[in-house]
Amino acid sequence: MTHPIEDHGLLRLLTCGSVDDGKSTLIGRLLFDSKAILADTLSAITKTSQRRGMQEVDLSLLTDGLQAEREQGITIDVAYRYFTTGTRKFIIADAPGHEQYTRNMVTAASTANLAIILVDARKGVLTQTRRHSYLAHLVGIPHLLVAVNKMDLVEFSQARFEEIKRDYLDFAGQLGIREVQFIPLSALNGDMVVDRGENLNWYQGQTLMEILETTPSAQRRHAAAFRFPVQYVCRPQDASNPALHDYRGFMGRVESGSIAVGDSVTVLPSGLSSTVKAIELGGAALADTATEQSVTLLLADEIDISRGDMIVKTGELPSQTKQLAATVCWLAESPLDRARTYLIRHTTRATKAKLAEIAYRVDVNSLEKQAVNQLAMNDIANVTFKLAQPLFIDAYADNRGTGAFIVIDESTNNTVGAGMILQENIYVA
Amino acid sequence: MLFTALKPQQRILSHLDWLEAEAIHILREVAGQCSNPALLFSGGKDSICLLRLAEKAFRPGRFPFPLLHIDTGHNYPEVIAFRDRKAAEIGERLIVRSVEDSMQRGTVVLKHTGESRNKHQSVTLLEAIEEHGFDACIGGARRDEEKARAKERIMSFRDEFGQWDPKNQRPELWNLYNARSHKGENIRAFPISNWTELDVWQYIERENLELPSIYFAHNRPIVYRQGSIVPVTDITPAKAGEEIIDLQVRFRTVGDITCTAPVISNADSIEKIIAETATTTITERGATRLDDQASEAAMEQRKKEGYF
Repeated sequence: MTHPIEDHGLLRLLTCGSVDDGKSTLIGRLLFDSKAILADTLSAITKTSQRRGMQEVDLSLLTDGLQAEREQGITIDVAYRYFTTGTRKFIIADAPGHEQYTRNMVTAASTANLAIILVDARKGVLTQTRRHSYLAHLVGIPHLLVAVNKMDLVEFSQARFEEIKRDYLDFAGQLGIREVQFIPLSALNGDMVVDRGENLNWYQGQTLMEILETTPSAQRRHAAAFRFPVQYVCRPQDASNPALHDYRGFMGRVESGSIAVGDSVTVLPSGLSSTVKAIELGGAALADTATEQSVTLLLADEIDISRGDMIVKTGELPSQTKQLAATVCWLAESPLDRARTYLIRHTTRATKAKLAEIAYRVDVNSLEKQAVNQLAMNDIANVTFKLAQPLFIDAYADNRGTGAFIVIDESTNNTVGAGMILQENIYVA
Repeated sequence: MLFTALKPQQRILSHLDWLEAEAIHILREVAGQCSNPALLFSGGKDSICLLRLAEKAFRPGRFPFPLLHIDTGHNYPEVIAFRDRKAAEIGERLIVRSVEDSMQRGTVVLKHTGESRNKHQSVTLLEAIEEHGFDACIGGARRDEEKARAKERIMSFRDEFGQWDPKNQRPELWNLYNARSHKGENIRAFPISNWTELDVWQYIERENLELPSIYFAHNRPIVYRQGSIVPVTDITPAKAGEEIIDLQVRFRTVGDITCTAPVISNADSIEKIIAETATTTITERGATRLDDQASEAAMEQRKKEGYF
């Protein structure tokens, strides 16, 4: 055991903002100050900085991944970065800020537990800030952190910081964002990133790194209801080992809640009930599970269960539906076509689906609801799908694991849409 | 298991347990969604982790895929012996396809006899995929290894020619993976995408995984060439005028002899390797992969051509 004392697990975060806000510089600074950048990488970016005629090392070069981007000088896709502080591991999803890339931001946000929304202290709250905040809120990121960057360019003015904070809270209230934190910083100098620096002494709060280290983990936010979509059924049928003759292990990941040996469970769609006989992980027996843990469940009764079924606690049933109302982000260049049949993948289950209705599209800049006939790439809209097979669902706001789905175009096999299930589908059984 | 002290309902997975749970979930998705996958096993440390994760994912059943190794013929004998022994030990089927066979077929042509066979593995891999009809290959690549990999999907789509198109990747949201492909196309699945080199070593320690001996400090004849340490072997002899030195080294990655360099180290146990890794100043690939140094975009170029 390497670190038996303290392990705060893992935090996934998202950074949103444009190149101009200093986002890449901030990530570079986090990696640099937490010593995640090694000598050869630093020497490579130093060389590139010099080649481009820069005076200092450009930390933003650390996050410019692909050749195409380096040529264009913009970030076109979500990139993942890693660093650790000894007690916690961090995964940064770096999403481009450009307007066309709503889909990238939604993608990056889907796995994040905290979003850093960058604001340029000189420019204050912009349309882009509203768009990023709306999307972060829509995708249900529980912790929003507004980082007012480039404080060095406004003489580290507390008044300016407070002004931006007021502006932000004004529209955040309208969006229904209840919890948001603010921090002033200078990514370029490193003030309030890892070290406090000397310039922002009026700010009494935590540094960015302290906030990241103490934000509650995603697993604490999960709904209490136990949801276990079955991924794979293990039937060894090993002739040489009669003990395994009747072995039926139901393999999957605990999407939410937890389960213990002896608990009563119901299997969907069959509706049959049993009790948990054993929980296994790699041959070892467990008494119970943690949320997000991958395990194998063995039940007391012989029930026919296959991939796509869901095991839940008896008395905690999800809703069942063949009409799915959801907020959808359209990801593909070809528009959502009313005439076509798509495939919806929800947990480990897939069903054919057709568009029934587009209620409205949301303009991500003005946040206006607009009547539209079709959805193009980067559109966000409330729609209803008709489903060939029923799905077992929770509202996305309550449960990301059983509230999210993707839309697949079967002709190309591309992932063309991302959906978040609305509360209106949910009924109490 | 490694949990922080919390009420059972609030128990938080340690970062290694979380990474393990994610990798198991990905492996089971490949098994559930693909009809004929294979797991790439080289005997290297990342693929050794994959084997343990596959055991955790599928035991007491058998793996729902064979192991596949693309052998350049220029691997360290200790690693090949380890590969064969490990596959036999866990009782799973190992398929080996060699770059030399591709050379004999004429599908791999070296520019000159001394050229590294490393990048030619792509051809042999595609031939093996076609021969066996694999619709998915599970690999041990990690996003922290190299810039071009930082944007790689966990389920990465390759067209009929094995090509990766960085501008046209499938969006990947939540933990809803799309591993669908048409006949002739292929999915590359990377269950340990989110692991770093340190995570790998910590997992090896925690799971008490056995490794080929060359990962640990040992004495080996080497020469210094253009700032790199080059091991002296039959395949990579010393050049005229180079001084052969006996040095205590270990390998951080193992692969084709012609492009894998050791680092100076006296770490002869996993504990010492972890201590070294945690304080190291050079990236894993920067230190040891001679092939990535060709240019800033070297890895991206090889991936586009079908390299892992």
